[in-house]
Amino acid sequence: MAPKKSSMPLIFFPARGQVLPEPLGLVLIFSSWNFPISLALDPVIGAISAGNSVVLKPSEQAPACSSFLANTIPLYLDSKAIKVIEGGAEISQQLLQQKWDKIFFTGSPSVARIVMSAAVKHLTPVTVELGGKCPTIFDYLSSPSDTEVAVKRVVGGKWGPCNGQACIGVDYVLVEEKFAFHLIEMLKKTIKKFYGENPKQLKDISRIVNKHHFQRLRNLLEEPLVAASIVHGGLIDEEKLFIEPTILLDPPLDAEIMTEEIFGPLLPIITLKNIEESIEFINSRPKPLALYAFTKDEAFKRRILSETSSGSVTFNDIMIQFLCDTLPFGGVGQSGFGRYHGKYSFDTFSHEKAVLQRTFFLELEPRFPPWNDFKLKFIRLAYRFDYLGLILLLLGLKR
Amino acid sequence: MAEDSETKKVFDAEAAGSLMKELRGTYASGKTRSYEWRVAQLKNVMKIVDDHEKDILDAIRADLSKPEQESYIAEISIVKSSCTRALGELNRWMKPEKVKTSITTFPSSAEIVSEPLGVVLIIGAWNFPLLLALDPAIGAIAAGNAVVLKPSELCPATSSLIAKLVGKYLDSSCIKVVEGSVAETSALLEQKWDKIFFTGSGRVGRIVMAAAAKHLTPVALELGGKCPVVVDSDINLPVAVRRIAGGKWASNNGQACIAPDYIITTKDFAPKLIDALKHELEAWYGKDPLESKDLAHIVNSNHFARLVKLLDDDKVSGKIIHGGQRDKANLKFAPTILLDVPEDSLVMNDEIFGPLLPILTVDKLEDSFDMITSRGKPLAAYLFTNNKKLKEKFVKTVSAGGLVINDTVLHFAEKTLPFGGVGESGIGSYHGKFSYEAFSHRKSVLYRGFAGDASARYPPYSDRKLKLLKALLSGSVVGVILALIGWS
Repeated sequence: MAPKKSSMPLIFFPARGQVLPEPLGLVLIFSSWNFPISLALDPVIGAISAGNSVVLKPSEQAPACSSFLANTIPLYLDSKAIKVIEGGAEISQQLLQQKWDKIFFTGSPSVARIVMSAAVKHLTPVTVELGGKCPTIFDYLSSPSDTEVAVKRVVGGKWGPCNGQACIGVDYVLVEEKFAFHLIEMLKKTIKKFYGENPKQLKDISRIVNKHHFQRLRNLLEEPLVAASIVHGGLIDEEKLFIEPTILLDPPLDAEIMTEEIFGPLLPIITLKNIEESIEFINSRPKPLALYAFTKDEAFKRRILSETSSGSVTFNDIMIQFLCDTLPFGGVGQSGFGRYHGKYSFDTFSHEKAVLQRTFFLELEPRFPPWNDFKLKFIRLAYRFDYLGLILLLLGLKR
Repeated sequence: MAEDSETKKVFDAEAAGSLMKELRGTYASGKTRSYEWRVAQLKNVMKIVDDHEKDILDAIRADLSKPEQESYIAEISIVKSSCTRALGELNRWMKPEKVKTSITTFPSSAEIVSEPLGVVLIIGAWNFPLLLALDPAIGAIAAGNAVVLKPSELCPATSSLIAKLVGKYLDSSCIKVVEGSVAETSALLEQKWDKIFFTGSGRVGRIVMAAAAKHLTPVALELGGKCPVVVDSDINLPVAVRRIAGGKWASNNGQACIAPDYIITTKDFAPKLIDALKHELEAWYGKDPLESKDLAHIVNSNHFARLVKLLDDDKVSGKIIHGGQRDKANLKFAPTILLDVPEDSLVMNDEIFGPLLPILTVDKLEDSFDMITSRGKPLAAYLFTNNKKLKEKFVKTVSAGGLVINDTVLHFAEKTLPFGGVGESGIGSYHGKFSYEAFSHRKSVLYRGFAGDASARYPPYSDRKLKLLKALLSGSVVGVILALIGWS
């Protein structure tokens, strides 16, 4: 990095300051199961580019991918410096006992707490990429073709990424009462267009990752008032771990489906009297990893930006911010802390070491004891950048 | 709030809970967000230090017997310059940062918007009790947060003055001071903060981080470490010695996180260095340093006893070559130099945080570089040399929070440099713009339109769509065109 301009009082001239990035050392990366290759390799790329040694612990809930990484990485990368350790909770616990220079974790808040608590022992800095209930504000769009595109993007952004099992996928939609029906009709049409009449065939749509999550999602649906709010879908097949794209209209706000991150193919539509109420709705809940808003109202956009907080905000599309690597990717509050992608990946695995260079030339006495009035006056003037005062003082003309 | 110190109510978990509730409400009202509010508060911090300079210097003297000049340089002037910088730069810091987008997201525009984290907790340390409470607070306020300040209880006069002045000059609906020690701090730590900024020891830093882990609260920990000074022989010795002595004994008598902890020099050069140090010490503090008014006292009897223990260690007591005098009743401790203490002695394993300066001698200076980092990465490391190669090797191989060549402690005053540790010396950094960023969330914003929707994104998927997507994602315009016309 280029040397930065010095801003110290002149009495310390000459001084040259620089910030030098250096690797943190040995880093541990935990990746999750929903994007098992990218969420493993992407942080690894950052760690390597910053010059670290890496241990990658892929998620055991995606065993074929975990195996693939464990078998393939040693064939291509320097296995003295980059290792893959497979395993579940027990292996993770053992890894966490070691002294790492950084831990990078993608996953759920409950496991993140365990990781951060383990990091305390060695004061290891952590980055935690979590999730949250990513809301999608759907404002009225006057142009039918815009609405069509918006709906396609919502459907693609809900059921496209791993069938809803994505940290930045659409969790729920906020829409004005009077447009809800129309929106739902359009969503249904688009779902049919994308996934066909028989989505159970799992063409172009993922299944639920495992029985545990299947059960979790089924429980969300089985709450009586929630089940009653289903307006499309609801079909489940335990054997195939399949849950079809399901839309719910105004499930109770205190039901688990509206208090926990869904991470599945269930889409609650929450209706409001006025779309601007969505801001308060979102603010009364934990900060999500992403916030989406379909609107052409510039004032509303500004309000959303300044009055809500989330990892990121994307207007008029879903998930695509993930592809823009000039934008830092990370959460805030419950959705995590730290960030990566692009240069931010390099930075997250680096220590920015400050370096100040001085010469022996031009040593100024008043910096050191024994103290006296003259020295104190000198220091006060110098720190105020009051050079005229300094000159006067030196000439004996200042009291 | 004033109530906590005046009515002497116990600040327990319940009090912490209602404090948090009140601040969350105020923060949610948006009061701290405006540029005007932030500027008004920063100007008032400036007023605190300008109008009450004497009170502040008196309080610090009462707590630490720190000479006025030290307090002025290290505490008052730095707080003032942090305010000035924040006031001058705030507009720029608050502006969104536009970033480039590529064909992958075309058409789109993107920016990064800074926003406050929310309600933050700042825990100050006792050695620079005003600075280490107000300096982070300046960053937090500039970034638009609501703030709770917990000054160190080991400096009761300063802590109570901070509580009084903050209550009087700053917006007490958003910026509060809670005084107290372990019980009060624990009550505060149970709350869910949006950020905790802690300055202090590694031991307490761990307690803070463990509490933060329960709520997944991000932390900044400014800790310490054994900051080494490597001294080469071919240097301007008088200047170097003044800078070393200044960084050590004129910084709260060695009780500073970036004070030189120990020296490494060559066997040949050590005698000259020691002579020069002794000479300078006598010039500064006289023949009897315990009588000097220019030396800060040890903060309390616990730390005094700790330092005595380091010296009374069998392995070490024979190695004292200068100083060693102390006055327990008045908590005075003379500058003390030790030569070639064993590497397994206490004084070489714990952060000294006091006026003892061990000097280790080696044959070749480069050999010492690995030793430095093996003790845990310190907050700062110093090298005095005119040898360019040695300088380069040092900068390249020694990992520390910050490095200074040919001086000590001064990087603290350079606000364009991030100040913070690595490894055992801490997490996160601040000063200048880094303070603002330490208390901000940089929110990514992507703007898209509805034109140019690539149907290749959506199911039903096909090979052709995949080809087009691959081209789009690779950012290759040519690839995209070829895919569109079916040529790839």
